[in-house]
Amino acid sequence: MNKPLRAKEKVPLKQRTHNTLVYLRQHWQLYLIFMLPAFVLTIIFRYIPMGGVAIAFMDYNPFRGLWHSDWVGFEHFNRFLSSPDFMKYLMNTLKLSVFGLLWGFPAPILLAFLLNRILSSKIKQKVQLVLYMPNFISVIVLCGIVRILLSPTGMVNMILGTNYNFMTMPQAFRTIYIASGIWQGAGWASIIYTAALSNASKDLKEAAVIDGANLIQQIKTVEWPAIKDTVLIQFIMAVGNIMSVGFEKAYALQTDLNMGASEIISTYVYKKGLLDGDYGFSTAVGLFNTVINIILLISMNTIVKKMNEGKGI
Amino acid sequence: MSVANTTVKKKKSEFAKYPAGDKTILIIAYVILGIFLCAIILPVLYIILASFIDPITLQNKGVTFDFSNWTTTAYQRVLGNGQIWVGFKNALIYSVLFTIISVIITLLAAYPMSRSDFRFKRFFNTIYVITMFFGGGLIPTYLLISDLGMLNTIWAILLPGAFSVWNMIIARTYYQGVPHDLEEAASIDGASEMVYFFKILLPVCTPIIATICMWQFVGMWNSYFDAMIYLNDVSKQPLQLVLRGILIQSQPEPGMVSDMQSTAQRAQLAELLKYATIIISSLPLLIMYPFFQRYFDSGIMAGAVKG
Repeated sequence: MNKPLRAKEKVPLKQRTHNTLVYLRQHWQLYLIFMLPAFVLTIIFRYIPMGGVAIAFMDYNPFRGLWHSDWVGFEHFNRFLSSPDFMKYLMNTLKLSVFGLLWGFPAPILLAFLLNRILSSKIKQKVQLVLYMPNFISVIVLCGIVRILLSPTGMVNMILGTNYNFMTMPQAFRTIYIASGIWQGAGWASIIYTAALSNASKDLKEAAVIDGANLIQQIKTVEWPAIKDTVLIQFIMAVGNIMSVGFEKAYALQTDLNMGASEIISTYVYKKGLLDGDYGFSTAVGLFNTVINIILLISMNTIVKKMNEGKGI
Repeated sequence: MSVANTTVKKKKSEFAKYPAGDKTILIIAYVILGIFLCAIILPVLYIILASFIDPITLQNKGVTFDFSNWTTTAYQRVLGNGQIWVGFKNALIYSVLFTIISVIITLLAAYPMSRSDFRFKRFFNTIYVITMFFGGGLIPTYLLISDLGMLNTIWAILLPGAFSVWNMIIARTYYQGVPHDLEEAASIDGASEMVYFFKILLPVCTPIIATICMWQFVGMWNSYFDAMIYLNDVSKQPLQLVLRGILIQSQPEPGMVSDMQSTAQRAQLAELLKYATIIISSLPLLIMYPFFQRYFDSGIMAGAVKG
């Protein structure tokens, strides 16, 4: 039944249109029941706001609305690009995500290799249960725990025998943010690598053992190739999100005193836009952020394609 | 007893198989893993312990193992406060409704996208994938929600994120792994797409459905940003916003500390309340999650590998 429809190439246009109409009539459910809700939601909540970025080039006035506000061109962009604060926030964002990637990305891979060394599957399951647990704690509770443990009388100071107030130290913010991120997410993120490792061919491994390969050699020749592709995909995805540092956690870890390191673009956009009501300016900052993100993603994908024999995403 | 013995023996013998150099590596691996486990368990234990200590001791000495002054006052005060229950109720409503709506829409949309003969597939795919990397940002979205009259309503929480492209891709990949014979047999029998989808396809996709449900539920339960910007009424606040007041802003609900005379006492009590609040608010998910564990591997792997 589907065959004549599939052969698109040599069919004349009229016939093709006719075929499509027949297909649509036969399969209307696919469009009207299956696809419509998702499509409508996407258009309304994703694409209409994209049109709304026009605000970035306007002196937006909520009372006059989008159609009657004045255009100001690149004024907002000039304003924040020339302000010293902006450079600081941009660097805070970049440092947080680049260092976060450097420390946070290898952690789950290491965990997966470690988990794979556990010989008893029962123990392994229990260890996994503990490792996954922090993932189910909310950002707010995580930050609450962090604040308690790092308070002058908290557990960390108790162990160190000191009484620093870590939450007020800008130089401690990034470490706190990244370490708590690993604490919460590394176990959960290791699932995907653990599963990829379990796909590593058992025969290959046995052969390696018979050939007298030691653990390091086994990891190099059998286990690493089994997860290499997964690692690459995850890495590209992570780099693609490098500018979208989560608002929720940074905001919940902010204190008046650590603002020098903790004010990042997303928290700045929130404060400027929703708290100060500077809509146009805030949108411009957000747009700038998105554009950097896309440039990073595309260039990263190109690099990986070249390194990986044409395979990107 | 004998069962335990044999497993220990088996493990020992398996460990013994490794040459000496590898044994060292294994031991190092176990030590690192052990440190990581301790780093997870210790803070949790610390908070559980601290939540039972009386406020004055807690402030002066920190956590002690002196059992004489233990108290459950923090728990009584937190549980006795109405606002935390309002938070629980709202979080439950939002999370359940959001999970239902979002999973239905996502599973539905994934089906046409999984069919090789679906016309305009490329068009839809492009439309959806673009949204993964590009968006209007905070202010335009906020203004849209405001223009739609959805500010301070439950719809602002439920609808904007209801369709998840990422989950759609994962469900689609899973559908594609289901043998096509089923689909052909159904269409020969004259079953419509709806019938095939609900009666035949979905029942064999339980792992992925359970996984997506869990993600959506946990994600909604644990988020606070949307509620913070879209909801003003205290009576509509989900749990995480109530927690934010207690844990981050150090402003407990008035009823929890108002009977204390001095500001110092209130501050001490507010500190103690944090510990109990953390335990109470995290318990439901932490109790539920082991029941989902068996779906993790099968479900998450299904789509994630191909990305």
